[in-house]
Amino acid sequence: MTSKEYKTITDIKGPLVFLEKTEPVAYGEIVSIRLSDGSEKNGQVLDTSDDMVVVQVFEGTEAIDRKAGVKFLGDVFKLPVSKGLIGRILDGAGRPRDGGPEIIADENADIIGAAINPYSRQSPHDFIQTGVSAIDCCTTLVRGQKLPIFSASGLPHNDIALQIARQAKLRDSDEEFIVVFCAMGITAEEYNFFRSDLERTGALENAALFVNLADDPAVERLITPRLALTAAEYLAFEHDYHVLVIYTDMTNYCDSLRQIGAAREEVPGRRGYPGYMYTDLAMLYERAGIVKGKKGSITQFPILTMPGDDITHPIPDLSGYITEGQIVISRELHQAGIYPPINVLPSLSRLMGSCIGEKTTRDDHKKVSDQMYAAYAQGRELRGLVAIVGEDALNERDLQLLKFADIFEDKFLRQDRDEDRTIDETLNLCWELMTNIDTKYLVRLDQELIEKYHPEEKKA
Amino acid sequence: MSKNEGVIYRISGPVVTATGIEARMYEVVRVGNEKLMGEVIEIHGDQSVIQVYEDTSGIRPGEPVLSTGQTLSVQLGPGLLTQIYDGIQRPLQTLEEVMGVFITRGVDADGLDLERKWDFVATASKGDDVLGGQVIGTVQETDTITHKIMVPPKASGKIKSIKSGEFNVTETVCTLEDGTEIKMMQEWPVRHPRPFSQKYAPDTPLVTGMRILDFLFPLAKGGAAGIPGPFGSGKTVTQQSLAKYSDAQLVVYIGCGERGNEMTEVLDEFPHLIDPNTGKPLMNRTVMIANTSNMPVAAREASVYTGITIAEYFRDQGYDVALMADSTSRWAEAMREISSRLEEMPGEEGYPAYLSSRLAEFYERAGRVETLNGEDGSVTVIGAVSPPGGDISEPVSQGTLRIVKVFWGLDAGLARQRHFPAINWLSSYSLYPQSLNQWFRDNIASDFPEVRTQISALLKVEAELQEIVQLVGSDALPMDQQLTLEVARMIREYFLQQNGFDPIDAYSGVQQQYAMAQAILTFQEEAKKAMAAGARLQDVVNVQSRTELMRARFAEGYLDKIGGLVEAMVAEIAATAEAN
Ligand SMILES: Nc1ncnc2c1ncn2[C@@H]1O[C@H](COP(=O)(O)OP(=O)(O)OP(=O)(O)O)[C@@H](O)[C@H]1O
Ligand SMILES: [Mg+2]
Repeated sequence: MTSKEYKTITDIKGPLVFLEKTEPVAYGEIVSIRLSDGSEKNGQVLDTSDDMVVVQVFEGTEAIDRKAGVKFLGDVFKLPVSKGLIGRILDGAGRPRDGGPEIIADENADIIGAAINPYSRQSPHDFIQTGVSAIDCCTTLVRGQKLPIFSASGLPHNDIALQIARQAKLRDSDEEFIVVFCAMGITAEEYNFFRSDLERTGALENAALFVNLADDPAVERLITPRLALTAAEYLAFEHDYHVLVIYTDMTNYCDSLRQIGAAREEVPGRRGYPGYMYTDLAMLYERAGIVKGKKGSITQFPILTMPGDDITHPIPDLSGYITEGQIVISRELHQAGIYPPINVLPSLSRLMGSCIGEKTTRDDHKKVSDQMYAAYAQGRELRGLVAIVGEDALNERDLQLLKFADIFEDKFLRQDRDEDRTIDETLNLCWELMTNIDTKYLVRLDQELIEKYHPEEKKA
Repeated sequence: MSKNEGVIYRISGPVVTATGIEARMYEVVRVGNEKLMGEVIEIHGDQSVIQVYEDTSGIRPGEPVLSTGQTLSVQLGPGLLTQIYDGIQRPLQTLEEVMGVFITRGVDADGLDLERKWDFVATASKGDDVLGGQVIGTVQETDTITHKIMVPPKASGKIKSIKSGEFNVTETVCTLEDGTEIKMMQEWPVRHPRPFSQKYAPDTPLVTGMRILDFLFPLAKGGAAGIPGPFGSGKTVTQQSLAKYSDAQLVVYIGCGERGNEMTEVLDEFPHLIDPNTGKPLMNRTVMIANTSNMPVAAREASVYTGITIAEYFRDQGYDVALMADSTSRWAEAMREISSRLEEMPGEEGYPAYLSSRLAEFYERAGRVETLNGEDGSVTVIGAVSPPGGDISEPVSQGTLRIVKVFWGLDAGLARQRHFPAINWLSSYSLYPQSLNQWFRDNIASDFPEVRTQISALLKVEAELQEIVQLVGSDALPMDQQLTLEVARMIREYFLQQNGFDPIDAYSGVQQQYAMAQAILTFQEEAKKAMAAGARLQDVVNVQSRTELMRARFAEGYLDKIGGLVEAMVAEIAATAEAN
């Protein structure tokens, strides 16, 4: 289409370039900007009219002046997709970053992605064993779920994400996941950590990486996850792969969103984030799931760091309103030297009910998980009380529960970074640990299960 | 160029400005070469500002805009039930057939199947004088719902001809003397409430089967309720429970800016679930609107109007309709997004200044009415609210609470303790008990309101006692107060808690609710007596028959067993005094 170059920039502000007197430019069209030194930058049309066009520049507007030449490329942003994406590392705008050749496209896919018709979805129900007890027992992951990790700076969320990526499998099946990894504004060190771990375990050959690092353009981060999800959708729904998308850090993504909003002088919502952030995040998170008639699936693991460890901050808050639960990482547990420091109390998997039980995990899973949760919750509460009144004021039951909270953290939560527990091992461990509480206090378990599984009450 | 064709001047997300077109406010227009559907929402001189119901990427200034002369309307008639629509009444099943599993754009679809034949049975006859809203015939739409065919609200006259038989919805089934042809399908502009004769004060509860709701904070048929709560506190589970078990004759369920999988769940489950009130699959009485969070925001804005218009249409047939909107906050956010694109002066937290009046107008469409046909019909509205950070001081929660008479406040703390439904019994309220007391006396028990008062009083006393316990521990309280704490605990664990997923306990009839409340009061009474005669609190609380009484609610036929279980408990408690 139009390949005419315009030199009609009027204003440049933050990541935005304004220009006038163009021929009709499409909303969302891709733009190439040639600077006076001959270098090029890319952008996208955010607002278009007969009089004025607003372009968001992915690489930032640094060094652009009013003499820069602007070309409209006639199409919206597309990613060349093919199976050749597997094993590749691309930058935040989809260009090879591993020195390899360009991706030979089977198809060019619109990166905004169309919404899955709710009528065409299929309810997720396949249990994924992550080998991490806290997750498998208490916040069970389901294939096709979107389950974020709510963390904070300085906590080992990356280790947990990687451990899940390495260990995740369907029970009694050797179907593997393909990992699509998307970095948004993380440090080179963090990235190298991910990369070398994927390399070490050979997972890299079965992964596609989209990488925007801390020193890469901030605005580019707004497209990086869309590229990753476009690749994921292609692999899942055209080639039947089960795809696990890990993206980190959503907080950097949201900050870029805020930057664009501010440059456009939009009325800000809470804490300066745009009022449409919920919708924008939903356009990413909702690209998870299973659809009728397709074999593949997309499971999402977004990682976000809560500013100030505050779960009511708009980023975790709006995420929680969209995702199907959350895994919350606790600074307190981390400081106590426990890995993985997952606080099961505020964590939740909303799809858990559909994937646990006799047919999929084990008949005792639901009740054991409820009992572990309840006992741990009470034990933690008692810690607070003991701090005030001392242990002497506790009765026998409370003392047992108090002790159980420590055991729970030490024996149940704590595991090695390479320790891969089967669901049977995890549930058996629960029973073993519950021997520290008198059975008469295990009110969430029924007699039948106690007789079947309790190490001391078991009937042969 | 004629006046009904103009061109695009500007595109900014879902908002498009056109020039050269003379459209009316809220007129439907077709935008761009792909003829995307849009609606005029503002007029500035020669410019019409349009909100577009589909994605606008790739559209350019200069493309055509056509006006249609219509305002945004829904098609009403046989074929609505069991359907799932997007926010502008396009059947999602049709969209799947045309576009596959992803929703692309530029596809029109009728809300009703225009080909399908229905068996129309005329109930009016030649020569009858009929007025707008009057029923002239029926169609058995599903097992449980008889669809009544009405004269469109604005038509009236003497029937010249009418015939029973097989018709599709666009064929004429009745002609009036003045030549008006009446078809089974009517169209109605969604932003206008449908007319009725008069509004009545509600006097019948919408029985939901959820104990905390029916017993403590009842909602009237024709009333409106708000359910605010932070993420993960149970808004959707509660709304779905209401859609399943409430005794409305019809349910309109709007998934407004929420998750795709939640709609799939309803679609999977409802055809297999049996309506406890009719014994037929729940799907037969349900209409769904699904405009999920990632579907276009302008269509999300429209979705609540589409839903409530369909609800009113069934009300006009004399039905009790319940409408759930999950979540009204996402609707308000859609308004905010459009408003900010229009560069309107923002009100609180960026919401448009008209937010509260839009909320009020929406909830005002709830009500119990005398229909134009002289029957009784109602629309009950239950709106979920999703306040940022769970803090209800924000504009959508506040705007809602000013209008609705029932507030079911979900509490993150209770959800975290896995106390479900996580409805806070201290902060929630209903302003209906006064008008509903007579119904409860007549239909359940003559002392129903008094029993309710005793139960809520116990919960209030518990809250006060808990404050003391925090300071000195419960052992320091006198025995009678320790007993009160035990009774309150029984209320919480046995009565208020109700697992929305338990196949049996998820639904509890009001008769059973009353019996359970009485059982709790009996326990209190007997415990007091036994303790006065020397029994220890510990022994009274631990009687096995009380545990059995409580546990038996998870098994079928509880209402029949409860009398015997209470008797056993009374005897065992009495024995604890004798043992001492
Ligand atoms: N009545 C209930 N019985 C049993 N479990 C419940 C009940 N209500 C809520 N839950 C539990 O809480 C989880 C979250 O509930 P729900 O999805 O209704 O939250 P929500 O308020 O709609 O959240 P969001 O605003 O994010 O949509 C459920 O998946 C379920 O595990
Ligand atoms: Mg919800």
